[in-house]
Order: sequence, then structure tokens, then C-alpha cells
Amino acid sequence: MSLPAAAQQVLNLLQQSPSFEGRNRALLQLGNQLPSFASERRNEQDLVHGCDSQVWLRCAQQGTALHFSASSDARLIRGLLACLLLRANGLTAAELAHVDWPDWLTQLGLKQQLSPSRANGLNAVVQRVLALSRAT
Amino acid sequence: MWHNDFPALAALAARGITYLDSAATAQKPAALLLALQTYLSQGVANVHRAGYRLADEVTTAFEACRDEVATFIGAAQRDEIVFTRSATEAFNLLAYALEPQIQAGDELLLSPLEHHANLLPWQQLAARRSATLVWLPITASGHIDMTAASKLFNPRTKLLAVTQLSNVLGTVQPVRELCALAEQHGALSVVDGAQGIVHGTVDVRALGCDFYVFSAHKLYGPDGLGVLYGRHSLLSQLPPWQFGGEMVQQVSRASASFQAAPLRFEAGTPPISAVLALRASLAYLRALDRSAVAAHEAALLQHLKDGLDQRAGVRRLGDSDAALVSFVVDAVHHADLAQLLDEQGIAVRSGQHCAHPLMATLGVAGSTRVSLSLYSQDADLERFFTALDNALALLQEEPTP
Repeated sequence: MSLPAAAQQVLNLLQQSPSFEGRNRALLQLGNQLPSFASERRNEQDLVHGCDSQVWLRCAQQGTALHFSASSDARLIRGLLACLLLRANGLTAAELAHVDWPDWLTQLGLKQQLSPSRANGLNAVVQRVLALSRAT
Repeated sequence: MWHNDFPALAALAARGITYLDSAATAQKPAALLLALQTYLSQGVANVHRAGYRLADEVTTAFEACRDEVATFIGAAQRDEIVFTRSATEAFNLLAYALEPQIQAGDELLLSPLEHHANLLPWQQLAARRSATLVWLPITASGHIDMTAASKLFNPRTKLLAVTQLSNVLGTVQPVRELCALAEQHGALSVVDGAQGIVHGTVDVRALGCDFYVFSAHKLYGPDGLGVLYGRHSLLSQLPPWQFGGEMVQQVSRASASFQAAPLRFEAGTPPISAVLALRASLAYLRALDRSAVAAHEAALLQHLKDGLDQRAGVRRLGDSDAALVSFVVDAVHHADLAQLLDEQGIAVRSGQHCAHPLMATLGVAGSTRVSLSLYSQDADLERFFTALDNALALLQEEPTP
């Protein structure tokens, strides 16, 4: 399975910028590309529990392809969310179930961000992405 | 100065980690490691069932810690000291043991500064007994407003539960004055000393409190051990709340009679190695010049406050008196800051600090907390400030469109 174009772009951007400053500047930039929705449309049902910053996640379907969008007040967290959602968007539920998330974050140099005990809650976001995809 | 007494600090330094989260839990002195090593390698035995010499020796050492704790906090008698599994368990013990004394309509006085451990047991007790929680107002600096507080005591006030030192703001509270007010109004007083005991000498009789709670692990001791002090005349009258071995006198198929305090509150095998380890930590602390420690911590705190105040957009929460500072940064999310500090090896606490009502009172979603200890050094703060500047340079940049 080849990478979606947007995911390939994320990979290129982060692999070009391995330094502390470069990587985080890239993440902030990616945060601006996060498929997002306005804060007025946040609701309790979409809130992902287990994140230090609050994250809201939604899923829409176009044919069999899934499209996720997220909302958060934290800029760097938005960048991390973009890394996940740009990898997931456009896939079918069956394709999503086969994504190796730890491997994806390792390729991005962000492996340590996925630990279940991390306060950023990325692991909780991945679990919610999978739960939403199974529910479609 | 004292940091060489804490072996973990060299290991952390070798990994590039700067530990500024001692208010969550403190690193351990070598004296504690030696005490644990000695006990666990020389032969363990259970306490209070001394049918043989080894058990008698261990029990004697275990009970010697009770004496050590009593002396450390100025208790009148050794049997005023109860060992629990945590400070949280000590508050829960009180909330259950005091339950028969709380009636519908009674008022429990709390401050919005309380850690959840000194809030939720009372909130649940109030719900069980149809009692009311009444909140002591705090000033802008983060101190309980004594003028307002004095008007809240009335004949329905049955209990006061307050922290000695806020775990979020670092503000020292007027506990002595509040306990005096409680006593005048016939209310019981409970003081959360989890942070306070780490950064000042405690004398429970001078404080005038009925109950005082702290945890060993924040006081350079082991985890899995809390301490409850209770004034003898009160503690000896409280019913037990957990049942099992060790705490009984006689047991038949239908009934049981219980030991006197403190053993009646220590059901089951206590954390023996932790108690022995705490004894070693307290002996270490007693041998230090506590006024020199206080001066060291005060200088570090000033360094921390000055450094934060020099940085644009940084706002301290309240005005800390001791050992820790929480802050927020304009237009910067605390979670983003936490992530960038962590990447640079800075271990600080981020979030709501187990004090959701306080964060709501302050109107912030969360904060970053830097906390100090006797082993902290100016160099730790310098590394923190460098990392903070690096993080803010990124996070305070205007977003590119």
C-alpha cells in the first residue's frame, strides 16, 4: 500500500528537519494544515479523553473513504494530530486497520510521542480514529 | 551542596535530565537506599507478631520510626502517629472514621487550593451525610483571605480541611490562625502537610491542628507510605475503617474487638520496608542544618521568580512563598510548552496539578509547575531557562499562514 500524497509530504518535511528546532517548526507548520473544524463546533461527544490539551475528533465518509478532522487549542499538538490525520485521511476502514502507527511515528522521528502514558494523548487519538473507522 | 547525597541525580544528569518536579515526588538520599538494602538483605520478618528474635528486632525498628515521626512533627505522644499507604489513604481514613460525627446540614470548610486528595474524600462524605462544603475565599496572591474566612465559621461548621502549602501556587496558608478559629467554633481541623512538611519545620502542637497528614515520598522518603497524626483524645475515639489482621484484639465467629489507636487503623501487614526507609530519611533530614536548607531554597525560589518575571508573556500564578511556582504564557498552550521542555530534558509538571477547582477559580486551563527541593541547584534553573527560551522562541513566533 503506497502512502497517500499528503502523508508523503509530512514524511519529507519531517525527515528534512531532524534538529529540535527544525522538527518542531515543521510540526507547527503542519498544525496549520490540520483538517480542522471551528471551535464553535466542538462538542462533548467528540472530545478525546486522555489528552493534556483538549482534542476533539470527527470522522466523515465520502464513499468508502474516511476523512478525519480535529480541533485543539495547542499548536504543537495540532501538528502531531496532522501527522496522524494526513496519514489516515482518504483510506477505507479496512486500509486504516492495517496502518502500523508505531512504525509511522518512528519514520517521522516521533516514536516516543505515542506511548500510552504520554500526557499528549496521541495514543488515545489513534484509538479513537480506529474506533470511529470501525463504527462506519 | 546536598545534591551529592542523592545518587539518582548523577544518573539523571548522565541522561541529560533536569529534575524540577520534586513536589510530585522527591529523589531519595543514599541513607534511604542503605536502610532498604540492609533490611531486605539481612532477613525480613513481619511486625507485631514477635514469636522469635528476628520479628522482635524488626518490630522494634518499625516502632522506632513511629517515635522518629512523632519527634519530627512535635507530636505529644508516639501513639498519635498512624502509618497509612499514602496521604490520600489518610484523608479517606479520616473521612470514614469521622462520618458518624457529621450530620445533615453540617458544614465542612475547605479552600479552593486543595489537592483532590483533601477534597474528594470530604465531597463524598458530604454527599453521604447531606452536609455542605463551604469554600474559603482566596486573595489574588493565592492566600486564604482571613477576614472573609473568619465570617464563614458558625455553629454548623464541623470540620476545616486546608493545605499548609499549595501544591499549585506555593503559597503558605494561615493554618495556625484557621485552626484556632476552628477550635473556637468547636470544629475539627485537618491540615494537608504533603508539601508543607518538606519546606519548613512542623510542630503540630504549635499549629494547633487536630489532624495532620503527609506522604513519605515527597519528604525524601519511600513511596507507598503516608502518615496521619491525630490528637490523642480524638484519634483514640475514632472507629476503625478497614478490617483484617494486626488491628484486632479478640475475634470470634460473630464479633471482634479492636486494638487501641494507632494499631486499630493499621489493618493488614503495613509497608514495613517503607517505614524503615522513612526512618532513615528522617534521620538524614534531622542531621541537616534546616535553616541553611531553608535559605538555599529561598534563594532558588527568588532566582526562579526573577527569571520568569524577566520573560515576555510569562505570568506567575499567585505569589509563591516556597519551593514551587506555576506559570502560564500568553498565547502558548501549556501542553505545547511541556512537550518542548521534555524534549530538552526538563522534567516539570504540566496540566491541572490534581486541583481542578483551583484552576477553574484562577480561570486557566492548565499551567506549568517548576518545583524545587533541597538538592536543586542554580544550574538546574539555568538549564530550565535556556530550554524555556528555546521553546518560547518557537511557540511565540507568529504562525505562518
